[in-house]
Amino acid sequence: MSGTFLGMPAFPANAARAVQDSQLRHNLRKATHTIRAKRLSTIAEVPDWRELREAAKAVKDATLRDLDRHLLCLEEQVTATGGHVHWARDAAEACRIVAGLVRATGETEVVKVKSMATQEIGLNEALAEHGIEAYETDLAELIVQLGDDRPSHILVPAIHRNRAEIREIFLRSMPDAPPGLTDEPAALAEAARLHLRQRFLASKVAISGANFAVAETGTLVVLESEGNGRMCLTLPETLISVVGIEKIVPTWRDLEIFLQVLPRSSTGERMNPYTSTWTGATEGQTFHLVLLDNGRTDVLADEIGRQALRCIRCSACLNVCPVYERAGGHAYGSVYPGPIGAILTPQMRGMGSPLDASLPYASTLCGACYDACPVAIDIPEVLVHLRARAPHPPAERAAMGAAAWTFSRAVRLTRAQRLASRLRRLLPRRLPGPLSAWTDTRDLPEVPAESFRDWWSRTQGGPR
Amino acid sequence: MSARETILRRIRAAVADAPEVAVPRDYRTASGAGGLGGSAVQDLPGLFAERVDDYRATVLRAGPGEVAGVVAERAAARGVERLAVPPGLPEEWLAGLCDVRLLRDDPPLANDELDRAHGVITGCAVAVAETGTIVLDGGPGQGRRALTLLPDYHLCVVPAGHIVRGVPEAVALLDPRRPLTWISGPSATSDIELDRVEGVHGPRVLDVVIVGN
Amino acid sequence: MRVALFITCVNDTLYPGTGRAVVSLLRRLGCEVDFPEAQTCCGQMHLNTGYQDEARRLARRFRAVFARHEIVVVPSGSCAATIREHYPRLGVETPRVVELTEFLVDVLGVTDVGAYFPHRVTYHPTCHSLRGLRLGDRPETLLRAVRGLELVPLPGAEECCGFGGTFAVKNPAVSAAMCADKCRAVLDTGAEVLCAADNSCLTHLGGALHRQRTGVRVVHIAEILASTEQDKPAGTPIASGRGR
Repeated sequence: MSGTFLGMPAFPANAARAVQDSQLRHNLRKATHTIRAKRLSTIAEVPDWRELREAAKAVKDATLRDLDRHLLCLEEQVTATGGHVHWARDAAEACRIVAGLVRATGETEVVKVKSMATQEIGLNEALAEHGIEAYETDLAELIVQLGDDRPSHILVPAIHRNRAEIREIFLRSMPDAPPGLTDEPAALAEAARLHLRQRFLASKVAISGANFAVAETGTLVVLESEGNGRMCLTLPETLISVVGIEKIVPTWRDLEIFLQVLPRSSTGERMNPYTSTWTGATEGQTFHLVLLDNGRTDVLADEIGRQALRCIRCSACLNVCPVYERAGGHAYGSVYPGPIGAILTPQMRGMGSPLDASLPYASTLCGACYDACPVAIDIPEVLVHLRARAPHPPAERAAMGAAAWTFSRAVRLTRAQRLASRLRRLLPRRLPGPLSAWTDTRDLPEVPAESFRDWWSRTQGGPR
Repeated sequence: MSARETILRRIRAAVADAPEVAVPRDYRTASGAGGLGGSAVQDLPGLFAERVDDYRATVLRAGPGEVAGVVAERAAARGVERLAVPPGLPEEWLAGLCDVRLLRDDPPLANDELDRAHGVITGCAVAVAETGTIVLDGGPGQGRRALTLLPDYHLCVVPAGHIVRGVPEAVALLDPRRPLTWISGPSATSDIELDRVEGVHGPRVLDVVIVGN
Repeated sequence: MRVALFITCVNDTLYPGTGRAVVSLLRRLGCEVDFPEAQTCCGQMHLNTGYQDEARRLARRFRAVFARHEIVVVPSGSCAATIREHYPRLGVETPRVVELTEFLVDVLGVTDVGAYFPHRVTYHPTCHSLRGLRLGDRPETLLRAVRGLELVPLPGAEECCGFGGTFAVKNPAVSAAMCADKCRAVLDTGAEVLCAADNSCLTHLGGALHRQRTGVRVVHIAEILASTEQDKPAGTPIASGRGR
């Protein structure tokens, strides 16, 4: 899907459109508030949550520190257990590898488990160019695919759609949708079950991502809810998994941490309905693992920014983010929306486009994301760090320079304050230029007749 | 240079300055070590039953000699006429069934045959009390992964002795070389308005029978 | 006890009443207040907008101005958080910096400051106070002890008001949407006064509440804590509201 995000305007323009969409606002508010409450209650019952979070963070940092060694170990283990390992420097290379593997099977259709990595590299579009049709099987991905839409959330790509809209999409684009389909979630899920059943049984090739790859054993791990993952991972003859190089954990034991923190942080459940683990070629299947860089090593090279690679894609930061709740996922112009997207996308893609350069500013730095993150990514810290690297508009640079000049001597500040006080009755109620954004919705405070420092120097702090 | 070499070189250059990291494991571990070790849960089957029930699965308790009766009652209650059976399942669990055709997965059933089964009965490798999770590892009485996936109904018999407190205990007992399926309730989705709805592609009905205490 | 006051550039320039209230409150509680007149700004705006060099210069300036002081009191959650959390990242060490309510509760050990404020008040815990400084319930504890004051809980209090410094200008649509939701929550409480420990968020919220002619006024917590039945802090225009 990444291709469809190209050429989008900067975040503020996208967000301005989104906040005017009452349906979107309602859908996002309802969904994010539901999940916030669930997450808080399932985390509250874990007495060692803080310790788990510390451990999760440290395991990821330790992994990144020795990533080369862990990748080689993973490769050795997967190969030893009958799997095939491929390496992809970028999206194009990964797509080429996958398309080649599918074509070698002689198949022209594949089923897919929801995967951020394959969305990131635009795999479905690349496969289509090779005459291969990819069918998304996750309910939300199916909604997005049938609706010719774009994903707007990491975990629930169709979060911007409510049940009534989903029903309409199914009736319009799902040939075998039951004519009397209601908007009951259970009925919608049933329709998806019937729609995909034969495809699962007939498909010979499946493509997945993975939540974790265990270096010491070569084991891959997929967490899911619906069972579409299990269908894809077990029934087809060939399984191709595209996995970002940062998905590694060093040891099998490390899963004892992540299998606790991921479900509770993402869907707010004690455990997701299904977790599958497999090692190499399993139950007679042919297994290919494609290890993907695609900008991750650039992120890794940034001392402060690299913590973004700890991300386990739980989407807790999206669900608690007040900006995401109002702007929606599409405004971020990337398969990675929300706070994590605001630090990941500019690092992976660079800040060459107006959109990517605007992402580090798509936050009030309120810190809700950092609090919610189960691997303790200090997202505000990385945002501020990226803002220092972002291109700055000339007018803003000039204003900031003038402010810094004024603040560099107390006497300059005093003069500026006295000038403002003298002109206080003449100051406009609506500010000009970019500052009009302030006075469009807010009145300005009154400028006082005397600043605090002038009062102090006149009275030495007033009567004692 | 190959992609492999390029990526490895990029990584080495990127983290050359990164400090060593020690992993603190102060959470509740399998060995009971860690700051909060030695958890005080007495009634693991009780906690497990409560947590499974939260997923809207049905939980039943049976004494050691009562499994066949409970299995037969469940099969009748769920209207199961064709029941898939993995190799190695204790035969005595099936002794009470009548009017149920047993589909033995030995040799393996074709997928569409399995798809037509009404249900499947299995044991499990481990069960996790805190999360209400059963784990299948393909061992005797558990079958290959598709067996518990295609039928719409899963009846899982969990010996009380297989129930452990938490995820760390389960991870410690399981063999990563075996394909594992962790099951927590019936298949579900949160994809519609982020609220959980039971029943998508996996079994939509899950009954769990806890044996012994 | 002798304390240095870092008033912050926003309070200094726009809210001298808050500053006067802080001085009057601290003196009433027996503190000797120093105001180093060379102080200007902590550099928060520069830092958070991506002007790290300018921010570092202001941080060093702050360090020089307050170097000989043992403890610095700051009546602003976000400025205190900037100094405490971000200065170390800029390689700048400072003397002990505490936010006003922290100073009262943790350092002076008082929760009843002898204030009188007979109004229905709701408290917005600004993000830097809540998640940066972890002020916890210190401000509410202080407010609850104020005679005549009726403290009403703010629904969704922990959610950001949408100010975010230059965010309010760079992303005005989202900022306004967040502000609207926060104002609605404030109005739902039926409070006359919205209180916070940071005048920058209150400038944003007060500006919107005033524009919408809601009749709710915003007041910095220092001004409430300084109010007594006998002597209102000199010239504090509490009743006048702050918008124009």
